[in-house]
Amino acid sequence: MKSKSLVSIDQCSKEDILRILDNARKFEENPNRKVLEGKVAATLFFEPSTRTRLSFETAVNRLGGRVVGFQDASTTSSSKGETLKDTILMVSNYVDLIIMRHHLEGAARYASEVTDIPIINAGDGANQHPSQTMLDLYSIQKTQGKLTDLNITMVGDLKYGRTVHSLIVGMSHFNPTFHFVAPDELRMPDEYKNFCDEHGIKYYEHTTFDEEVINLSDILYMTRVQRERFTDLEEYERVKNVYILRNKMLEGSRENLRILHPLPRVNEIAYDVDDNPKAYYIQQARNGLFARQAIICEVLGINI
Amino acid sequence: MSAEKKRELQVAALENGTAIDRIPPSQLFKVAKLLGLEKMDNTITIGNNFHSNKMGCKGVIKIADKFFAEDEINRITLIAPKVILNIIRDYEVVEKKTVTLPDELVGLVKCNNPKCVTNNEPMPSRFDVIDKEKGTIRCHYCERKINKEDIIIK
Repeated sequence: MKSKSLVSIDQCSKEDILRILDNARKFEENPNRKVLEGKVAATLFFEPSTRTRLSFETAVNRLGGRVVGFQDASTTSSSKGETLKDTILMVSNYVDLIIMRHHLEGAARYASEVTDIPIINAGDGANQHPSQTMLDLYSIQKTQGKLTDLNITMVGDLKYGRTVHSLIVGMSHFNPTFHFVAPDELRMPDEYKNFCDEHGIKYYEHTTFDEEVINLSDILYMTRVQRERFTDLEEYERVKNVYILRNKMLEGSRENLRILHPLPRVNEIAYDVDDNPKAYYIQQARNGLFARQAIICEVLGINI
Repeated sequence: MSAEKKRELQVAALENGTAIDRIPPSQLFKVAKLLGLEKMDNTITIGNNFHSNKMGCKGVIKIADKFFAEDEINRITLIAPKVILNIIRDYEVVEKKTVTLPDELVGLVKCNNPKCVTNNEPMPSRFDVIDKEKGTIRCHYCERKINKEDIIIK
């Protein structure tokens, strides 16, 4: 990687991604490797996120490092009006690595510019969340045995969903074919369709979510359709039950199909899907641990 | 005195310096501000609403003994992309230049994403110019793209 911080997935080359995923595989084989012995990581969660924080903290602990930090900015000096820059510089005096989540977009990039300590972006508002993308890529590679030439169907809120946008960028090195399934109001923005065009990536847009598109897919990436995203509530009422995956829709699907979801889900995957062996969203979250261990080693320049 | 002679006398000639011509009248004072003219000690002539065959009405700024560096002058492209720079030496126009957007805009434009870190921390904004033709810029921090017509100068 050009920078030793991981702020955004687009700074990772194909080689970077493959190396990190390969290391994630090694951590899955043996998650307890004491490569961070004597090192301290800070988890600065200016905005709460239980899943991401626990997964990063578990990663550091399993690597033999120690963790300091906070999970609620209201108990820190930022509530007294301290600037982000000062907080980052202060913490930089103490630790070897900073893992941060912030509600402001661009906060992690700014932090990476004010300190020499590596920063891992654990989410900056609606902008970037590269460790999520890395665990999505790891889950795809693990379940399909490869990353190349796959049919990936993305369903739900494709307009605001940062995970799908980052996944397009992350997958762009591997010749995917995308199917974008969304209501008109939540269609994939032109920006990402242009990105696909520029990278010679095939994509198809659908407003109907049915067996036809499911049966073409190797990966079904479900996302949540949120009521507050709609300007027209009638439109929401009309589509809210259209983008729900039910078990019987999977009858004709490919044997290798796996269903991913960044979680939390609300109702977009019916509970009867959970027992289907093609449901992978819970294991997907478990992969987050290994992907994050690999990312931590990457930014610290530790070879596995 | 002939009418032509009078027009010539409206603005004093420069011996050495830069004359910025064809400034849209509505943008004249913004251009002056962007260039930081109020902080300069040079002799400066500012004129507005001159007759122009090309654009009907125009503004002109003449700055004695000042030759702008590229990135110094290019920032005005945001608000006055069609100006002509006349570089004057010894009362002669020795060069005519146009302006183009620089690759990067630092501290000039306000990000129009209220959740962008640049709007919430004491720091300069920073934009990458991603399409010089269309004037599209992207925030270096929150990655929001802004089209030319939506650009807000700080």
